[in-house]
This record gives sequence, structure tokens and C-alpha cells, in this order.
Amino acid sequence: MNFSAGTRVNLAHGTKFQWEPSQNAHVLLYPEGMVQLNDTASAILKYCDGRSVAEMLAVLHDQFPDAALDDDVHAFLEDAHERGWIRTES
Amino acid sequence: MSAAGSELNPDTGGRRGPLWFLAEVTYRCPLQCAYCSNPVDFANEKEELSTEEWIRVMREARELGAVQLGFSGGEPLVRKDLEELVAEASRLGFYTNLITSGVGMDADRLARLKEAGLDHIQISFQAATASLSDDVAGRTQFEHKEAMAREIRRQGYPMVLNVVLHRRNLDQIDEILQMAADLGADYVELANTQYHGWAYVNRKALMPTMAQLTHAEEVANRWREKMAGKMRIYYIWSDYYEGKPKPCMNGWGTTFIGVNPDGRVMPCHGAAMLPGPPLPSVRDHDLNWIWNDSELFNRFRGLDWMQEPCRTCDKRFEDFGGCRCQAYLLTGDAAATDPTCHLSPLHQQVRDAVESAEEEPRVMVEQPLILRNPKNSKKLSKKFGTRPKVADAETTE
Repeated sequence: MNFSAGTRVNLAHGTKFQWEPSQNAHVLLYPEGMVQLNDTASAILKYCDGRSVAEMLAVLHDQFPDAALDDDVHAFLEDAHERGWIRTES
Repeated sequence: MSAAGSELNPDTGGRRGPLWFLAEVTYRCPLQCAYCSNPVDFANEKEELSTEEWIRVMREARELGAVQLGFSGGEPLVRKDLEELVAEASRLGFYTNLITSGVGMDADRLARLKEAGLDHIQISFQAATASLSDDVAGRTQFEHKEAMAREIRRQGYPMVLNVVLHRRNLDQIDEILQMAADLGADYVELANTQYHGWAYVNRKALMPTMAQLTHAEEVANRWREKMAGKMRIYYIWSDYYEGKPKPCMNGWGTTFIGVNPDGRVMPCHGAAMLPGPPLPSVRDHDLNWIWNDSELFNRFRGLDWMQEPCRTCDKRFEDFGGCRCQAYLLTGDAAATDPTCHLSPLHQQVRDAVESAEEEPRVMVEQPLILRNPKNSKKLSKKFGTRPKVADAETTE
């Protein structure tokens, strides 16, 4: 899967992204399973709400002005897509 | 940034709360699957928890940290208050899973459950044809189930299609996967029978040959390639054939908590069978006490209870000694090494069972199945108490 600037990204069908106080972490829930997310993963998944990769990067750059994150975000999105956590529309 | 997150890994010394809460809301069921994981003596169950009692228990489970909730049974659709329970679970922030046979379902009910916030449905099929389904599970209403699977997809639920595999349906694997693809399943769980509960009683009739298992896996692999990106396929082996035990429940008292229809609480599906004091009940205690302080939940928590060869084995951090209920079923000692492990001194028992499945000719007339129904439950529990035996010609007469 190649993510271009215009690719719109949503959480996969049937998943839920939420904060779990008892785990002190964000989690992604899917049928009969869950994954505990690290800070970076949750920072990105939070914006997988139908906006484009370019829009997502703009918000993340505002939030983390000192980080060079484009490559990392792309790598994460590819990984997340492979795992079935997100879906895309061009 | 390399790791996106960690898949669940229990802290085996564990004092965190459970993550998986299984609500077995009823043992009533229109089906009679001969491999059901319910206790063999389920018919001795006391009065089911009320709506209010379930709501209290769900709240307590959520407070403990549970995040996945499975509504199971029996057939959970039998409970008329299921919508109410789902709505409350959803309000509490659970991811809600309905584990159903689809029998007793209709489109209106599905829509009401959706409105209540139900997140996902796992529908079980017994085979790819009506006649075989009925043979292993009584009257399964196969066409109705197919219609309901289509309706589940039409209403936009994610759908897991689950099939328990055994000697009689393994050779239908290609047709089963074709059916799953036609019905639009998102995930297919092809779970070879684990020989607990009713499956243990029916072990002789259900155990396949190695050739059946490897052939089915090859077919599943072909379908996995063909359906990549559309349908995820899981093929799960039986521990009997692998020579290594399953990491049961991710470790005792670390991840899973289950509540029986009458409120008794279990660290695994089979715990009602284990010897010792009666299971703690939500009618006498809150879930927090049961999880943290009850004798039952601490009995096999961590690694200190282990005997040799587990006690000094490197694998103990991965498999936690295997399944306690299976250890008890096969050895009479719930703290023994699970005999499916090739290191167990009693492993030969499991090898013998696997080998005798090879010996028997593959003919249509085989060991009869004992179907899971209240009548057989009463009969078997009277005969064996809570520790059932593998049925033979004598038992099935």
C-alpha cells in the first residue's frame, strides 16, 4: 500500500480507538482483541478520522514542531494497513 | 517508532485486572453441538442471573479494567434482555462481541442490537451442508443461519465466522471456506476441536487423522492467498497433535474472567469441573474480591504452583504449563504438566489417542456422538460427577 498526500485514512471497519485509564494507554479494539498502543502510534491513529495524509502531517507538525516525522508516519501507516487497523480512500 | 504497539503480553505475576470478560448469560441453547465447551453437567445450573445482576457485574468488570466483553452461552439470543445488557455494556465503554449460532436471530433483533451499540458478531457454523450440521448439532436450521450471516453483513457489522473442526467436517474445508467467502465474512476462525467439556466425552468420534489436518491446513493456506486483503483466515491446530500445550488463558488469572449463567466466576471456560471448593459467585462477593483475593483465582496464578517438568522449563513463561482443566481431565491432578506437552511423563496417553484416530477406518458408521442437551448432561453427570470420561461403546448404549 502506497500512501500519497491525498490518501484519506480512516480506522478500519469495526475498530474502536480509546483511552484506557487502567492501562494508562490508548488501545485499539477490534473483534475479540486489542492492542495497546505506544505514544507515537496513538498520536497518529487519533487523526485517522477521514482526513488525508497531508492534513494529518500538518496537524502532527504543529503538535511536534521539532520532529522530522514524515517517514515515520508513512512507515506506521503502511504497517497499520498491513495489520488491518486502518482503511483508505484515494 | 519501529514498534507500533505491543500485542497483549501478560505479566505472569499479574496483579492487573482482567481484559477479557466472558458473560455466559445462559446455558439454554437450541443447538446440541457434540463438542460444546460448556461443562458436561451444565443441566445442574441454578437460576440465571437477572438483568440487574448482570448490569452490576459488568460494571464491576469494567472497573477492574476489562475492555472486551463477549456475550456467550449457551445461545445468548435466548435472553430477552440481551439488548438491554448490550446497551449498558456499550455505555460502560466495552467493545461488545456477540458469540452466537444465529439460531433464534432475525433482522429486527439485529437492528435493535446495533442500536444498542453491539460492535461485532461471531457466528458459528457447524459444517458446509445442512445434513452434516444437523448430525453434529441437532436441528441447526442451516438455511436460516446462512440468511442471518448475510443479514449481519447487510447491517454493517464486522463478522467473524467460526467453525469448530473435527473428523466429520474437516474434509469439507474447501466448501466451508467457499461458504465463508460467499457470506462475506471478515474473519474466518477454523478452530480444531480442543478436547474439553463435551468434546472430551466425544473424543473418539471427533478426533481426525493427521492427514485430514494437514490437508485442511493446505486448503486454508490456498484460500488465505486467494482472499488476501478481503478475508482473514485463522487455522488453529489442536494441542493433541502439536505435542505442545496452549498458553491457556494467557496465564491463569492474568487476562480472562468468565461468569456462568448462575453467577459463578471462572478463570477459564472449564474451571467448573476442577476439584476443590465451589466456584466463588457474584451473588456472594464482588468481582474485585473474586479476581484479586479468592483462592480459585490465585490457585494457579504465577509460576509457583508448578511441578516438574514445568517448574524448571524454559517454556513456562510462554505456555504457563498449559491447560489446568486438561491436566485434571487426563491425569486427575489439576497441577500436573498438561499431558499434551511432549515433556509430560503422561504424554503417551495423548499420543495413544492420536494414534488410535489413525487406526480406525474412515467409514461413515463411526462412534456415535453424544449430543449436548439437558438429558445427556443429567445422565453423564450422574454417571461421572464433574470429571467426565471419554465415551466408549458402553457409555453410549
